[in-house]
Amino acid sequence: MDKFFDFELTAQLLRLDFVVAALFAALVLGLLAGVLGPLIVSRNMAFSVHGTSELALTGGAAALLLGWDTGGGALAGAIVAALVLGLLSRRSSDYDSVIGVVLAFGLGLGVLMLWLYKGRSSNKFGLLTGQIVGQDFASLALLIGCAVGVFAVLAVIYRPLLFASVDPAVAQARGVPTTMLALVFAVLVGVATALGVRTVGSLLVLALMVTPAAAACRVTASPLRATLLSVLFAVVSAVGGIVLSLAPGAPVSAFVTAISFLIYLVCWGISRSRRQLTQ
Amino acid sequence: MTVDRSARTAAPSTPDGAASVVSMSGARLSYGDRVLWDGLDLEVWPGEFIAVLGPNGSGKTSLMRVLLGLQKLSSGTVRVAGAAPGKGNRRIGYIPQQRALDPTLALRGRDLIGLGLDGHRWGIGFAGRGERARKVDQALAEVGATAFGDRPVGLLSGGEQQRLRVAQALVNDPRVLLCDEPLLSLDLAHQAAVSNLIDARRRSAGTAVLFVTHEINPILPLVDRVLYLVDGRFRVGSPEEVMTSRTLTELYGTKVEVVRVGGQIHVIGAHSDLCEDTPHHHAEL
Repeated sequence: MDKFFDFELTAQLLRLDFVVAALFAALVLGLLAGVLGPLIVSRNMAFSVHGTSELALTGGAAALLLGWDTGGGALAGAIVAALVLGLLSRRSSDYDSVIGVVLAFGLGLGVLMLWLYKGRSSNKFGLLTGQIVGQDFASLALLIGCAVGVFAVLAVIYRPLLFASVDPAVAQARGVPTTMLALVFAVLVGVATALGVRTVGSLLVLALMVTPAAAACRVTASPLRATLLSVLFAVVSAVGGIVLSLAPGAPVSAFVTAISFLIYLVCWGISRSRRQLTQ
Repeated sequence: MTVDRSARTAAPSTPDGAASVVSMSGARLSYGDRVLWDGLDLEVWPGEFIAVLGPNGSGKTSLMRVLLGLQKLSSGTVRVAGAAPGKGNRRIGYIPQQRALDPTLALRGRDLIGLGLDGHRWGIGFAGRGERARKVDQALAEVGATAFGDRPVGLLSGGEQQRLRVAQALVNDPRVLLCDEPLLSLDLAHQAAVSNLIDARRRSAGTAVLFVTHEINPILPLVDRVLYLVDGRFRVGSPEEVMTSRTLTELYGTKVEVVRVGGQIHVIGAHSDLCEDTPHHHAEL
């Protein structure tokens, strides 16, 4: 237990190249998740992000079984899932249950494929809970490439996407192509989710994609400030989670979720005390 | 008849030369066998206030959707602000049905109005932020919403939200304002405030208003003409012409009595058809 607070060990580990690479990956991921998060929250897409991340796991498991790169497999799985879920109208009453149905089946398939895989078991565990210290140059290049791609698309569609997310009826009336934007955004979320699966694992992607944004939306109603705070919270969670996990050698995800949850609790407390003040 | 229609679609104009902002001719909308309306000819002139009345399911909201280009006519032609529907949406203001916004939505009143100004444009929108803020401030002031423009929209009252909706719809100086039940679930004071804001703009800027409503009384003093839709049939005319026992009996195909009490119009009969949402507004037979 005292390993948790072995700062000397932590300092030593922080000098290692692969740890620096991992921290850099966490930074990029935090940026990505932080920017997408407020849009995910205002579109009520938390459950669909969860579904997408489970199907990224299925894609990763399939790639593992076939001997392909798990990152590519997760990416393919998440994009297919995002397109399927994005094509369903989120206003239709069975949207939630359809996600549940697709998610459960995909997860079952993933478990079967992990069972069939006879290689190192840490590879399997990594898909579930993340293995950020396994970042090599190729995966870092994939991460940065994808992040740049997502930001480039966002830079073009951000304003109409925000409009369609917070005020769909009027956005549609103003000629904003809401259906097309929903699909594009689903793919962006799919890409970011797949990248998140590699680091924090499919079980805990929500900790980066949703929790920081949900916390930010508790304390500000300005979309710009919500995005900035959400990025800050996500980066602190991702980078802080890795740093804390170094000395005990524990899974990164446990710390990432703990930090983001703590931030959420603080923001929740702030919003509550503010509301009591105004009443 | 066909000749007549094609002649009318070529930009009709008033005697003083102003072109109509909405022009429908021979418009028909049907879903399968069900005809919402047919043979609808309507010219809306700048500055005109038109109330669109009718029972639920008579195609009032569908008419809005046609004008916004979200729904295609089954036949006939329609032009809005000098363009085909969907092409001229920048010159249309739209106020949706009053629906409470999510209390946790990370959005302020000024953001709602800002999106009405340029939310349809691509890009992030960092350029021209000063000018944008100035226009938004002005729009907030015009509807008396400056005091709550920075609060989360979801925490505002229905009346405050609808003031912001009016500002959002008007911030682009539209030529046509489409309002879909904007007064629903507002109390009388807020009904008057919101409809007076709309009225003031159409008088000062010549904005044409199409106002879908269940209930004509809150806007009766403002209305120039009524479009009354029932079951595939319709009537267009001044409130005095349309809101009579004879006309409505004809439209509904059943005995309907129109009573005027203290400057208000009460429609009695065909009760369930007339107004399902607000039965208390009508005396029952």
